[in-house]
Amino acid sequence: MEKEIRTEEPRLMKGNEALAEAAIRANIDAYFGYPITPQSEVIEYLMFEVPNRKDKKTVVLQAESEVASINMVYGAAGAGARVMTSSSSPGISLMQEGISYIASAQLPCLVVNVVRGGPGLGTIQPSQSDYFQATKGGGHGDYHLIVLAPSSVQELADFVFDAFKLAEKYRNPAMILADGALGQMMEKVVLPKDNSLPKVSKPWATTGKTKDRERNIITSLFIQPEVMEKVNLELQEKYAAMQSEVRWEELNTDDAEVLLVAFGLSARICQKVMDLGRAKGIKIGLLRPITLYPFPYKRIAELAEKVDFILDVEMNAGQMVEDVRLAVEGRAPVYFKGRMGGMISTPDDILNEVEAISEKLNVLHQ
Amino acid sequence: MEEKLILEDGIEVEQVYRRPETLTDVPYHYCPGCSHSVVHNVLMEVVADLGIQEQTIGVAPVGCSVFAYHYMNVDMQEAAHGRASAVATGIKRVMPDKLVFSYQGDGDLAAIGTAETIHTANRGENILVVFINNGIYGMTGGQMAPTSLPGMVTSTSPYGRDVSMVGYPLKITELVAQLPATYYVTRQSAHNPNAVRKLKKAITKSFEYQQQKKGTCFIEVVSNCPSGWKMTPVETIKYLEEVMFPYYPLGDLKVPKN
Repeated sequence: MEKEIRTEEPRLMKGNEALAEAAIRANIDAYFGYPITPQSEVIEYLMFEVPNRKDKKTVVLQAESEVASINMVYGAAGAGARVMTSSSSPGISLMQEGISYIASAQLPCLVVNVVRGGPGLGTIQPSQSDYFQATKGGGHGDYHLIVLAPSSVQELADFVFDAFKLAEKYRNPAMILADGALGQMMEKVVLPKDNSLPKVSKPWATTGKTKDRERNIITSLFIQPEVMEKVNLELQEKYAAMQSEVRWEELNTDDAEVLLVAFGLSARICQKVMDLGRAKGIKIGLLRPITLYPFPYKRIAELAEKVDFILDVEMNAGQMVEDVRLAVEGRAPVYFKGRMGGMISTPDDILNEVEAISEKLNVLHQ
Repeated sequence: MEEKLILEDGIEVEQVYRRPETLTDVPYHYCPGCSHSVVHNVLMEVVADLGIQEQTIGVAPVGCSVFAYHYMNVDMQEAAHGRASAVATGIKRVMPDKLVFSYQGDGDLAAIGTAETIHTANRGENILVVFINNGIYGMTGGQMAPTSLPGMVTSTSPYGRDVSMVGYPLKITELVAQLPATYYVTRQSAHNPNAVRKLKKAITKSFEYQQQKKGTCFIEVVSNCPSGWKMTPVETIKYLEEVMFPYYPLGDLKVPKN
């Protein structure tokens, strides 16, 4: 996706606040949300900032729950608005019923998950343990979200624009899957240009039945199985078309003998692992999926032909690694390194793992 | 409305009533004698009478009236169970000049959707909530509702509602009337022509208040369920008058102070 033309100086911003500012600049019509750590700064920023922006008509409403928030998103999206919500893991779980309805009714919107460690009430520390929930559906029924995984505050801001572009192109809900560290940390960011995301026409929206058209109905109820199957086939065709939107980043994969695969914050840590490894003469490359749905199966399969082994690194018990294995189909050994519950592997931990695997496989990397 | 028509056998008659353009030409699926079709008719007649078809967006619930959008010829959204007022909030907030109503049953509004109902009314969302209370879950086959009366036999209270175990019928309309941001709260019925006329008046006022941006209007319609109550339609009318209305007394609970 092309980058917006940037005219501003970089700012030092917290991830959650950069996300919220990007949402204002993307001219969202409405934000509905409920506070939860570690992402409450999103609604706080919007509540503070929007009244001072006289050119903006953004609705910002603190709902009574995440359940209400996502259903307000449904209503507003169905009315043709550009609308978003954000939350963190337990709140996103509460939203799953509504997200399933939104996917079925084919409403474009943005849901941001600033993931914290679980299961249950868990911890407020960062985690990537909602990968399955985000990429495999999450709620009931056969559906997918478009899932973007930022690995910097810059991407947290940029992906608001990218997510709405994709959501509106495919009439599908999009998710930004971040984590508590990205939401809370401060980094340099050059914000996307204000008013640079054009509105799209939504002739299906419930804006009031005019004389020149039939009534518009937003629903996810298709009670006849023949019709429900047809709707499902249409959805599957849409998901097939979305595969062309797959995005990833590669670092040092040309000569790599070891391939690290990691997304989001884990990919940032893996960049350091790569540098440390290369300083020791270990040719490490990194593939970072940017879209988690669609997933870069094809490219991982190609790289699997060239490397001695793949190490998948996540902040969970091993979720994306299942997709990596599906992509690799036995072409190379695939290993997993992860920590759970809000803990984060250090670069040294990961490099030690690379060296231990190399020794086990009896492959020399010096 | 009044037009002269010549019937096939040459008799000249005057048309005094016709299906308003706000209702589709689709037969109702509701059970014979059920209030839903009457309330649908009245609601859509008001939309036609006020000339607000182009401005009106409705929200259908989960329950017997899940297919309300098959009949109501206005733009509509179908909400998840209990969430109709949240969906209506989302619509209204992004289109404050349109007219938005939700149409919900007792299970939807007063059990699974209690939080949304109370908080929508507490924010004073400028919408109309039409609440059909027949004290039973009709669509799923006659289970106990939050508004089922003490001792009422349903498929999940087969020996009668035992209030010591499951609590008392929830008078949610009284709760809603307590909230400072609600503007007009009333309890009506649709069981005889006079009641239907009063209901129509209440709906008309509610849309007018919404046009004046006055806040939440809430109309409970104490209704029947011949299939769920296992009664003939005529028997349900008697039950309404003798059993339901004493517990849910008809009339205004909150009227605008002028």
